[in-house]
Amino acid sequence: MSMGEELPKYFEIPIAGTILEPGNTVKIPTGEWRAFRPIIDKEKCVRCLLCWAYCPDGAIIIVDQPYKTASGREYKFSVEIDYYHCKGCGICAQECPVKAIQMVEEVK
Amino acid sequence: MVERYYKSIAELPREEYFAPGHSLCAGCAAGTIVRALLKVAGPNTIVVNATGCVEVATTAYPYTAWRIPWIHVAFENAASVASGVEAAIKVLKRKGLIDPNKKINIIALAGDGGTYDIGFQALSGMLERGHRVVYVLYDNEAYMNTGIQRSGGTPLFAWTTTTPAGRVWRGKHQPKKPIADIVAAHRIPYVATANPAYYLDMVNKFRRALEVEDGPAFIHVIQPCPTGWRFDPKLSITVARLATETAMWINWELDHGEFRVTVPVPKRKHVKHYLRIQGRFRHLTDQDIEEIQRFIDREVERVNKLVGKEVIGPLVE
Repeated sequence: MSMGEELPKYFEIPIAGTILEPGNTVKIPTGEWRAFRPIIDKEKCVRCLLCWAYCPDGAIIIVDQPYKTASGREYKFSVEIDYYHCKGCGICAQECPVKAIQMVEEVK
Repeated sequence: MVERYYKSIAELPREEYFAPGHSLCAGCAAGTIVRALLKVAGPNTIVVNATGCVEVATTAYPYTAWRIPWIHVAFENAASVASGVEAAIKVLKRKGLIDPNKKINIIALAGDGGTYDIGFQALSGMLERGHRVVYVLYDNEAYMNTGIQRSGGTPLFAWTTTTPAGRVWRGKHQPKKPIADIVAAHRIPYVATANPAYYLDMVNKFRRALEVEDGPAFIHVIQPCPTGWRFDPKLSITVARLATETAMWINWELDHGEFRVTVPVPKRKHVKHYLRIQGRFRHLTDQDIEEIQRFIDREVERVNKLVGKEVIGPLVE
């Protein structure tokens, strides 16, 4: 519901402040808050999923695509970052046991 | 660590019932806790939320971060509303309007203000009546959402805007209220304390609480708050881990009268490691820290005596 868009009429709004569209915060670009951008090195990553578990925003996504590292290790999936929602708190980089996530300053 | 249901993080469901895009502060561990809770609970869940950070940040009208039924009524009555929801579902099942074999989880979610202070009588009533509700308390140790005012959960000597630190005052005068012990005194089937840094321990406790059949369950989760505790957002989980490593936070569970410390700490760290990382304890002198250390030593001694062996070890660094 951005500015300029026509607002719904009173009779079109659901009663009692209910919200009928579950999980519609996905439309909010909280990624704009970010000052540092996490970048995952898929070669270093051991797929322990700690970042996925600890992320408060659910901004780490598991991608079911096989991946083979240069040293020959094969993984069934990879993790990627949802930059639309990532707030750049840096918990993932801090907690990564193999330091596969770097925080790089955002350049506008 | 008790690993009864989930042995690794990869076994957790991939589905997200807590949508991204909510406006919790960057680095707020409440997001971690609620995501884990809903992953474990699954889609057949009703969440009753007390006023607090999670309620305000996840449901800014007309948006909601919840992909499951969610209700908020007032600050003080999360436990009462959850009791009502549970009773209504019982009646609907009896009347055959919903499948009697369908398992519906009812979760009351409240912060420390909504549990320790404002919601306490509703909680006590719910526990006494024995409703089958899982009450999850995310404890950020002050009223963070309204601007860091002290609550019953604020620890000894912590700075808040209503317990300032200066020449006369040195933060809060009183120690933290032992809420989990008070809840345990209601003799309910399951009480536990959890820490998001010990993730598997936490999710297993959520799962255990949801499977309790004979009454309410209560889980007290520590939730480091970068804004109110004054530390860098990336350190949220590190601070939570230090809380357990210094025995400021002991992860235990009381399952039908059986007491267990689920995360034993063989070598305990000095509390200064936990306190010095946070700005809310910046005013403390070395004597103040020793006072907190003595307080923690007594608490560790009490817990060790309760278990009957040394689960929390001696101070090493």
